[in-house]
Amino acid sequence: MAVDSLAGNAAVVAGGEMVTLEVFRYRPEEETEPVYQAYEVPVHKDWVVLDALNHIKDHLDGTLSFRWSCRMGVCGSCGMMVNGDATLTCATFVESLLPGPIRVGPLENFPVVRDLIIEMNDFMEKLESVKPWIIRDEEKSLEDGAYLQTPAQLADFKQFSMCINCLLCYAACPVYGLEPSFTGPAVIALAQRYNLDSRDQGAGERNAILNTDEGIWQCTLVGECSVVCPKDVDPAAAIQRYKVSSTLQWYQKLLMPWSGK
Amino acid sequence: MKTTIEPFWWSLFGAGGTLAALFIPITLIINGLAIPLGWLDAPAYENVLQLARHPLARTYLFLLISLSFYHWAHRFRFTLYDGLQLKHLNLLIAVICYGGATVGTIAAGYTLINL
Repeated sequence: MAVDSLAGNAAVVAGGEMVTLEVFRYRPEEETEPVYQAYEVPVHKDWVVLDALNHIKDHLDGTLSFRWSCRMGVCGSCGMMVNGDATLTCATFVESLLPGPIRVGPLENFPVVRDLIIEMNDFMEKLESVKPWIIRDEEKSLEDGAYLQTPAQLADFKQFSMCINCLLCYAACPVYGLEPSFTGPAVIALAQRYNLDSRDQGAGERNAILNTDEGIWQCTLVGECSVVCPKDVDPAAAIQRYKVSSTLQWYQKLLMPWSGK
Repeated sequence: MKTTIEPFWWSLFGAGGTLAALFIPITLIINGLAIPLGWLDAPAYENVLQLARHPLARTYLFLLISLSFYHWAHRFRFTLYDGLQLKHLNLLIAVICYGGATVGTIAAGYTLINL
């Protein structure tokens, strides 16, 4: 059989082997309820699920809609549910899911716009609400030079800066599924990324959003966010650390009400 | 800023979990296995009572029992809230769970004082 152009020089495994992909379809102008549609896709040794979806789009059914961009685990746009697990489809090999069928759906806990495309406005609003940028009481002037940082100070927050906003943690979080008001793992981890940055002075402003019932305190440390995270951000650890520091602040305020903040 | 009481409950939960995980297995192995199976000689009742009456032992037992109760209360509250999805009974659940732990704490305190 012909080697698919998309996969470059991909070698076909076991001459002509095929696998079934059951893909979630939702076309609001055509149907009121979503359905799963089966496609037969050739098995290539070095194909990931995203390659199989692109094969469908290019050769079998051009109406299938999904997001993707970089194909290398950097852009964070191809997150989907594959056999029930939240995963980046560019990082999940078809071969590891044989003999199939492989069930591909949109990320859970989000409204579906069409097929595999989810609506992420809720996340974007929450992300903006925690001010994920460096906040200074007073900006230094350009003449005063850059804000210097030691390697140890960088190491304090670097892990949390690796987030690519792929939303796998939201799809995996059962608390977010039950309580859409929950701020959620990635946003709290990104807030911590700035709180723990030696150049930042905005922890108090973020605390007003996060040290609340809808913020960190809704988390029950299920830990699935850290299991599915493709970048090892470990949002569960970020939330736990936030709980510890907020608790210390709470007791400080209780025992020393005059201490301010 | 909205104030929240959660840090208080969470700190009791955390402290209780840490204490229970560290010390309850030790207590269980000594009293539940080692002594009944004869690995250790059973101490005389009077000696154990005297040990338990020591102020440090009373404090230790009180904290271990009370904080374990609050650990249970917090976890059970979220088990009911999220697990059984009884969100609308939030206040009732909290009163029952933390109230139960408070009753247990008072009972433990009363028992230990009158030991």
